[in-house]
Amino acid sequence: MTNPSGIGQSVRRREDFRFITGNGQYTDDINRSGQTYAVFVRSPHAHATIKSLDIADARKAPGVRAVLTGKDLAADKIGGLICGWMIHSKDGSPMKAGGHPALAVDKVRYVGDHVAVVIADTLNQAKDAAELVNVDYDALKATVDVASTQKPGQPQIHPEAPNNTVYQWHLGDKAATDAAFAKAAHVTKIELVNNRLIPNAMEPRAAIGEYDRGSGSYTTHTTSQNPHVARLVMSAFIGIAPENKLRVIAPDVGGGFGSKIFIYAEEVVCTWAAKKVGRPVKWTADRTEAFLSDAHGRDHITTAEAAIDATGKVQAIRVKTIANLGAYLSTFSSSVPTYLYAPLLSGQYDIPAIYCEVDGVYTNTAPVDAYRGAGRPEATFVVERLMEVSARQLKKDPAEFRMHNFIKTFPHQTPVIMAYDIGDYPASMKKALEMADYANFSKRRDASAKQGKLRGIGFSAYIEACGIAPSKAVGSLGAGVGLWESAEVRVNPVGTVEVLTGSHSHGQGHETTFAQLVSHKLGIPIEQVSIVHGDTDKVQMGMGTYGSRSGAVGMSAIFVALDKVIKKATTVAAACMEVPVDQVDFEDGSFSARGTNKKMAFGEVALQAYVAHKFDSSVIEPGLKEGAFYDPKNFTFPSGVHIAEVEIEPDTGLTKVVRWTAVDDFGTLMNPMIVEGQVHGGIAQGIGQAMLEGAVYNDAGQLVTASFMDYCMPRADDLPSFDVGMTTTVCPSNPLGIKGCGEAGAIAAPPALINAITDALGHENIAMPATPQAVWRAAQAMPRKQAAE
Amino acid sequence: MYAFDYRRPSTLNEADLALKAMPGAKLLAGGQTLIPTLKQRLNRLPGLIDLGAITGLDGISRKDGTLVVGAMATHYAVANSAEVKTAIPQLANLAENIGDPQVRNRGTIGGSLANNDPAADYPAAALALGASFKTNKRSLTAEQFFKGLFETALEENEILTEIHFPVAKRFGYAKFANPASRYALVGVAVAETAGGVRVTVTGAGADGVFRVPAMESALAKSFAANSVSGIAVDTKMLGSDMHAAADYRAHLIGVLAARAVTLAG
Ligand SMILES: Cc1cc2nc3c(=O)[nH]c(=O)nc-3n(C[C@H](O)[C@H](O)[C@H](O)COP(=O)(O)OP(=O)(O)OC[C@H]3O[C@@H](n4cnc5c(N)ncnc54)[C@H](O)[C@@H]3O)c2cc1C
Repeated sequence: MTNPSGIGQSVRRREDFRFITGNGQYTDDINRSGQTYAVFVRSPHAHATIKSLDIADARKAPGVRAVLTGKDLAADKIGGLICGWMIHSKDGSPMKAGGHPALAVDKVRYVGDHVAVVIADTLNQAKDAAELVNVDYDALKATVDVASTQKPGQPQIHPEAPNNTVYQWHLGDKAATDAAFAKAAHVTKIELVNNRLIPNAMEPRAAIGEYDRGSGSYTTHTTSQNPHVARLVMSAFIGIAPENKLRVIAPDVGGGFGSKIFIYAEEVVCTWAAKKVGRPVKWTADRTEAFLSDAHGRDHITTAEAAIDATGKVQAIRVKTIANLGAYLSTFSSSVPTYLYAPLLSGQYDIPAIYCEVDGVYTNTAPVDAYRGAGRPEATFVVERLMEVSARQLKKDPAEFRMHNFIKTFPHQTPVIMAYDIGDYPASMKKALEMADYANFSKRRDASAKQGKLRGIGFSAYIEACGIAPSKAVGSLGAGVGLWESAEVRVNPVGTVEVLTGSHSHGQGHETTFAQLVSHKLGIPIEQVSIVHGDTDKVQMGMGTYGSRSGAVGMSAIFVALDKVIKKATTVAAACMEVPVDQVDFEDGSFSARGTNKKMAFGEVALQAYVAHKFDSSVIEPGLKEGAFYDPKNFTFPSGVHIAEVEIEPDTGLTKVVRWTAVDDFGTLMNPMIVEGQVHGGIAQGIGQAMLEGAVYNDAGQLVTASFMDYCMPRADDLPSFDVGMTTTVCPSNPLGIKGCGEAGAIAAPPALINAITDALGHENIAMPATPQAVWRAAQAMPRKQAAE
Repeated sequence: MYAFDYRRPSTLNEADLALKAMPGAKLLAGGQTLIPTLKQRLNRLPGLIDLGAITGLDGISRKDGTLVVGAMATHYAVANSAEVKTAIPQLANLAENIGDPQVRNRGTIGGSLANNDPAADYPAAALALGASFKTNKRSLTAEQFFKGLFETALEENEILTEIHFPVAKRFGYAKFANPASRYALVGVAVAETAGGVRVTVTGAGADGVFRVPAMESALAKSFAANSVSGIAVDTKMLGSDMHAAADYRAHLIGVLAARAVTLAG
């Protein structure tokens, strides 16, 4: 009997009714009685010292409850924001991190930096009063450009970090790599910019802090991807309150893409201030604040080389990257261009030697941290641009060149930490070539040429690493936290089930997929299952959702807890049916005693577990509730091949993505429809990065792209209809065989598209975003004519 | 938003009185430009005088050789008007490509022209067609009306009421949208009316909408797409920003002019 809501079924998303009908409860939808409103006074300068900060007029303005500054935070011994991953430089020295106060003290370091907070009875009163805060700045020269911020003579952002250099890190075997280059038959060298992105979740960040005088405890509602980590940081590091006196709730969250992992100044300040003003304090970012102060993504400049032997095999890769970390180190920023980046530089390829150097640098820009893919898109962009350019320079077919270099046996140890457990790279390439009708591409190119258009095709054979783990290993790499996940399965007396998960859903559909797992394992209808997440008072410690970990890690924890439930229920059933435990089978939601006609439904057993009438409670504990903390054995390694096809109008530079083929190997698919949706969203973001999006700061450090008028988000009509296919190798590293799918599209897409555009134009490179103007310029200077003549 | 007074007069006369009574107040049409500036506190006004309750300001009709469009006609109304579609089909098409459905259902032709955004679409059409602008006080030609970036000849207390478009022998408008804002990165209108051929450019001018005399005389000789190719516009008169440098805009003007000629038929 197939369970219509079991594993592998495209069950409609249960949460969508609530979202589509406007019944979601986002942080800004929540209003607490007596609530006040916070408005942050933000720096208009990229770099300045604060000569004086006069709050007297603002304090006297109507409705104002408090005007608080960095001095007030310090007086209350509230610590600064932290970066939770210690990176050591090549020379062994720990990274050089400057302070990160939640409200600036003496100095501001980027436009949008927090200077003071005004709390008033209405939002408008708070805004009015914020304009009365008189800050006397002494503007300093700003350093904005990632390529030059380390040069002598540049303004120094933090005294702790000379030359604005946080670390000079490396990974891999330099000697072996250099040796491979010394005897290479061919060397490919490229210079790349991975453009800076602004996340732009649909829901801007928001927070409500509350303090209960009776219990002396705080509650924070916040737009977080990981409320438990937010609580841990706010209590253990920032020092607002001990964990048992601080409840963090992340209700419905409207998209995160990484930007809501981090612990920001605003939620810290609202929580702390709630006690000071004796009222709940609410803050909701407006869109401008989101542009200015959400952690941005990417922003690398890279030189990359490949050493290739006479047979066309890549023998080594050498990479030098400078990664912009912004003006302060955000919560996980240090790990993104290091351990989430360089270990992916082997891609899908059997490369004996790899050496990567990364300088993490400060600039007077918003902090940069994990954004959908976090390090892996940057690595994939390097590898897949290198492979494409190498194939072209060697005059080899780009698909064949990749196949020639694919890893073909597993497990495979790369020279950069990762031990790939399983995959079948040729299978996804072959399927993608068929789906993309690669064989007939030249006909399509000719047809486009007849209309005066340039058609190009581009490949991306990506690998990513999801479910970062195991905790012991990531600890040895400098992580400040473990990366397991928790689950608790509470069976109610009538057999309905609540699953409390440490994962957090902010668009992914956990309320559906996690319930499918329960329905599948317990053989009960999905309607009987509820998923509870996002509240530290309900759910035991958990690690949240990012890095495509909720399937591989979060669901595995539920899987283990469900096994414990089944085991316990089996003992109860055996006692009730008066047969030995080993004679009881559990299938399709019922327990049966082998060789008899005795049978009990799951719900009956649950009831018996709670009434505890039919077993000896000194032997079997009453109740039916089990928990698990699951720590994976390894990362998972989703992989796949994306093929992009573009058509360019050379006269205007207008580029249309006319075809997109994605063949991914995500292991077991819990819900193919949701997986496909994740792929679509990821590709949309990847196309955004490659063609549309790019954060621009001018030399003075002003964000020029601070609204949707100038920052181009992908729209539906920028995108083609995607052809999505799957190949499957079941992941051996977790009980469900899941690999993860949340970031794949955003990782795969940018190089596929840039490879397609450069193929059409006959250029080696074009910078992202490849806007119409950029493409037009490139088309003006085409090295080889491909248009119809 | 800062606090402001709000009036909703039911006649033009009342609107006029309200404007006089509240120096510095502004007229509110569709609010698509004005309201965001208020919300972001970029604008502080004593009051808003909403034109929405005045009857007769949103009509669309044809009188002999003239298409008369009321200032309060929304972009949606213009795009879907049978009168516009038969009189000047490409004008309906222009309106259809402004913004998104929400903007088209609120935004008005009067608001767009009074605002004279250098990247707006209507100014190119109005100047190419030689429209006349009726206000509660006078009538202005298009040349008199447009005065540079976000500036028009409208006086402090003047209300734009109707735009009179001569029904052209032919009219075409080609737009290359800014990828982010979808306003015109460059838009070119071409019209042939009793007054002759006009070629106008929006989106590109450093000083707002402008005419291209060299293209006009070339088309007067031969109204064909290839007549305009190769006619360069001086980059010094064009705007340059992160989306498009002046040379790219100059190039697009040529490409779009040819397309507009083709569309004009
Ligand atoms: C997301 C978005 C996308 C857009 N895309 C485009 C686009 O692609 N192309 C384009 O051309 N435009 C675009 N616009 C602008 C849109 O067309 C607006 O409707 C227009 O700019 C203003 O019209 P409104 O009726 O909303 O005027 P309002 O915002 O109400 O007013 C604008 C100004 O005109 C004045 N005004 C209004 N009516 C009169 C009158 N009758 N007499 C005198 N003064 C008056 C007001 O006082 C105000 O100063 C876009 C707007 C948005 C928000």
